[in-house]
Amino acid sequence: MGSGETMLVAMTVNGKAVSRDVDPRTLLVQFLRDNLRLTGTHVGCDTSQCGACVVHIDGNAVKSCTILAVACESSAVTTIEGLAAGGTLHPMQEAFREHHGLQCGFCTPGMIMTAVDMVNRRGPDLDEHTIREDLEGNICRCTGYHNIVKAVAAGAQAMGETAFKQAAE
Amino acid sequence: MYAFTYQRPTSLDDAMAMLGDGDAKLLAGGHTLLPTMKQRLAAPSALIDLGALRDQLSGVTEEAGGVTIGAMTRHGEVAEDPIVKRVIPALAAMASVVGDPAVRSRGTMGGSVANNDPAADYPAACLALGATIRTTKRQIAAADYFTGLFETALEAGEIITAIHFPKPEKAGYEKFRNPASRYAMVGVFVAKTAEGVRVTVTGAGANGVFRAQDFEQALAANFSADAIKAVKMSPDGLNSDIHADAVYRAHLIGVMARRALDKANI
Repeated sequence: MGSGETMLVAMTVNGKAVSRDVDPRTLLVQFLRDNLRLTGTHVGCDTSQCGACVVHIDGNAVKSCTILAVACESSAVTTIEGLAAGGTLHPMQEAFREHHGLQCGFCTPGMIMTAVDMVNRRGPDLDEHTIREDLEGNICRCTGYHNIVKAVAAGAQAMGETAFKQAAE
Repeated sequence: MYAFTYQRPTSLDDAMAMLGDGDAKLLAGGHTLLPTMKQRLAAPSALIDLGALRDQLSGVTEEAGGVTIGAMTRHGEVAEDPIVKRVIPALAAMASVVGDPAVRSRGTMGGSVANNDPAADYPAACLALGATIRTTKRQIAAADYFTGLFETALEAGEIITAIHFPKPEKAGYEKFRNPASRYAMVGVFVAKTAEGVRVTVTGAGANGVFRAQDFEQALAANFSADAIKAVKMSPDGLNSDIHADAVYRAHLIGVMARRALDKANI
């Protein structure tokens, strides 16, 4: 691949303003991993099917292997590194740990980002069928779905309780 | 992917002017274009990102009893839109099964219709519902718009701005997904409209979306799954590939049409 002209892109990643000169071809996932060294977001299939690269842009879960970094100008991006507050795991991360919602762990960042989005869209009461349907775009090559589904359900409940507590405070 | 120059216009006029240059392509959600570019099946010299025009080109309005949807409206937004759900629930249901949740939060209706992938869902809905594709230059009836594999009536420099869908009396959509890619191996949209019954098929035709007229005739008097039980779909002109041969696709069209009719008649 020949090197083209670079251009400046600026966005917010995990609450921090960042800007870099990039080749316009740079995918968001490459930008996160190679330019910002945020390697928690994974590249699995690179064909927008497996979901290992899921991050949130302006609050929506998207596949960062199918978005140009330059198209994210002025956007707010959240990656798996941005979920935990300080040293405390996000409730969905904690649920994956508690329910052993991973085997090799490669798909886990995408699974968790998708799960958080699911709760944001649908609320904390998720039945098994809904969870399985909404995990359509996330593939676990270990086929460890059983515990992933359990973890998502528990994490959703925990997110609901956290939101309830925050609302009460 | 090959190198390209990237432009982000802030007005439709600017976007149209930029489209005039070489083999520039529009970028909407990018969920078909970028994968195609990664495979080097497309190598545009420039990408004109419509992202900055999203506010201007997205949203749903109720119009003349039907709905008008802005081109940059995302699949997930169409699926959840209260107006679409009330006026044409089958269209919202169709949008809710495009790709997966992450694809639906990025991919756009206009992008899908402009690209006219032979396995995309929207072409079937547009053709069945008698939609009108509105562009920066004119209005095009869906029947005149889809002209072949990845081919449309769009001219150079023409940009889809919105699509108007008239309200059908009844409608339903069902698809059989490829288990790996999740694209429709066969998708069937059925609609009972003021223009008559329409049965449209995506994913199966060697030339893209088409109307299954034998089914339409059988359904004219009785719009129910029973009415097409005995109608056999011919495999002529259907795709054969490693996923399904033409005979199997022909069979699936019948099954999907009956399921779509059951949904339409709930």
